[in-house]
Amino acid sequence: MIPSAFEYHRPADVKSAVGILQAQGDEARVLAGGHSLIPMMKLRMAAVTHLVDLQDIAELKAVSIAEGKVTIGAMVTQHMLIDNARLAASVPLLREAALQIADPQVRYCGTIGGNIANGDPANDMPGLMQCLDATLGLAGPNGTRNVKARDFYEGAYVTACEDDELVVSVTFDVPKGGHAYEKQKRKIGDYATAACAALIEMDGGTCRSASIAMTNLSDTPIWSRSAGAALTGTRCDTEDIASAVTAALANINPTEDNRGPVAFKMHVAGIVIKRAITRAIASA
Amino acid sequence: MSKMHLKLTVNGQAEELRVEPRELLIHVLREKLNITGPHIGCETSHCGACTVEMNGKSVKSCTVFAAQADGAEVTTIEGLSPLGEMNVLQNAFREHHGLQCGFCTPGMITRAHRLLQENPTPTAEEVRFGMAGNLCRCTGYQNIVKAILAAASEMNAAKEAAE
Repeated sequence: MIPSAFEYHRPADVKSAVGILQAQGDEARVLAGGHSLIPMMKLRMAAVTHLVDLQDIAELKAVSIAEGKVTIGAMVTQHMLIDNARLAASVPLLREAALQIADPQVRYCGTIGGNIANGDPANDMPGLMQCLDATLGLAGPNGTRNVKARDFYEGAYVTACEDDELVVSVTFDVPKGGHAYEKQKRKIGDYATAACAALIEMDGGTCRSASIAMTNLSDTPIWSRSAGAALTGTRCDTEDIASAVTAALANINPTEDNRGPVAFKMHVAGIVIKRAITRAIASA
Repeated sequence: MSKMHLKLTVNGQAEELRVEPRELLIHVLREKLNITGPHIGCETSHCGACTVEMNGKSVKSCTVFAAQADGAEVTTIEGLSPLGEMNVLQNAFREHHGLQCGFCTPGMITRAHRLLQENPTPTAEEVRFGMAGNLCRCTGYQNIVKAILAAASEMNAAKEAAE
C-alpha cells in the first residue's frame, strides 16, 4: 500500500500553487485533506508525479459571513465547519451535513474544497452546494473565475476545473427558512446509499421557495428544479410533498453497486427525499 | 525521486530524518523511529488502529504522508504516559475491560484522549459518536464506552479537587 514516487511541493500561496500546476500539467494534483486522493494513490489508481500540498496556504482557511453572504476557503475542514459557531448559526444545514461525513479523524483532515473538487458523486458537499446554489472560485493562470456549483459537475470525477486550476472558495447567500440533510448509509464512515438536502422557505403557510438536491444517486450531484417547483406556491401538504418526491425521483439515475440494486436505491431515495422535505418544512 | 529532509516533533522530542515523500507517517513512526504503539490494522483509513495526534488533531497515520507531517507536533500512545506509568485512560480501560486482544487499544486511547480534551463531560452517545473512527472486533464497544466515561469522571474529579 505504498504509492508510486512523486515530488512533494508545499507552496505558501495560491499563485505559487497555480504556477506548479501550470508547469507540470496533468502530472500534478493538489492535496487538501488527502482522504480521497491518498487512498487512490495507495491503490495506484491515481498516478501523481507532483503532489501540491495546500496546507500552508492561510488564505484558503478563512470563513467570512457578511452582508448576507458566506464565503468559505477551500481548505476549511469538516471539523472547522462543525466547530464554527457563527457558521452553525447562519447555515445550520452545513453543520448538520458535515457531522454526517466520514468519522472524527477524517473530519479533522477532510476539507470542503477537496470534497467539492474531487468530483466523486458519493461526496456530500457537491449536493449541498447545489442546494445552496453556491458559486465556486477557481484560481488559475489568469486569476480567479467563478463557476456555479450547478454547472461544475460534468460526470463522475469530471468537473469544470482545468488541470492548471484549483478550487479556492465557495460563496453562497445565507439561506432563509428551514433545512434538512437526510443521509442513509450502511455504517458510520460509509458514503450515502442515498442522501437529500432541502432548503424550504415558507410565508404564512405557503411555500415561497424550495431547493432540493441529491447525493450519490447519479454520476453527478443532482439539483431537482422540478421538485422545488412542485412545492413552491403550495401549502406543502401531503400530496404536494408526494409530487415533489415523484419529481425528484424522475431526475436521478442510480446504478447498482455494493449498496444495493437500482430498485432499492430508488426506494431509499424516495424515503430520504420525503424526510428531508418534511423536516425542512417543519423547521421553516 | 529525491528524498526529503523531514523535521518533526514526536512525543516532545525533535526528530530529523530523510524520507521519501511517499512514505506514510505510520511507517516512519514504526519503522524509522521505532515507535510501535500506533498499529497498522486495515491501512485504508477505516479501523483507526494507527490513530496519532498531529498538531492537536486525531489523525489516521496510514492516510498521512510523512511529508505532510514536516514541521508537525505528533503524539502517539507512548507520549500519553511518558514516565511509563499508566495514565487515567489506560487504567480505566484495564479496570473496565475496555480491551480484549488489545490491538485497537493504542488508537482507541489516543483518540479518547483528544475527545476528552475537546469535551471533558461527554454523554455515552457523544463518546460513541466521537469514537466512531476506531473499530474494535473484540469488545462490542460497551466496555470501551464505560472506560472512557469512567476516565472522564476521574479526570473531572481530580480537576475539581485541585481547584
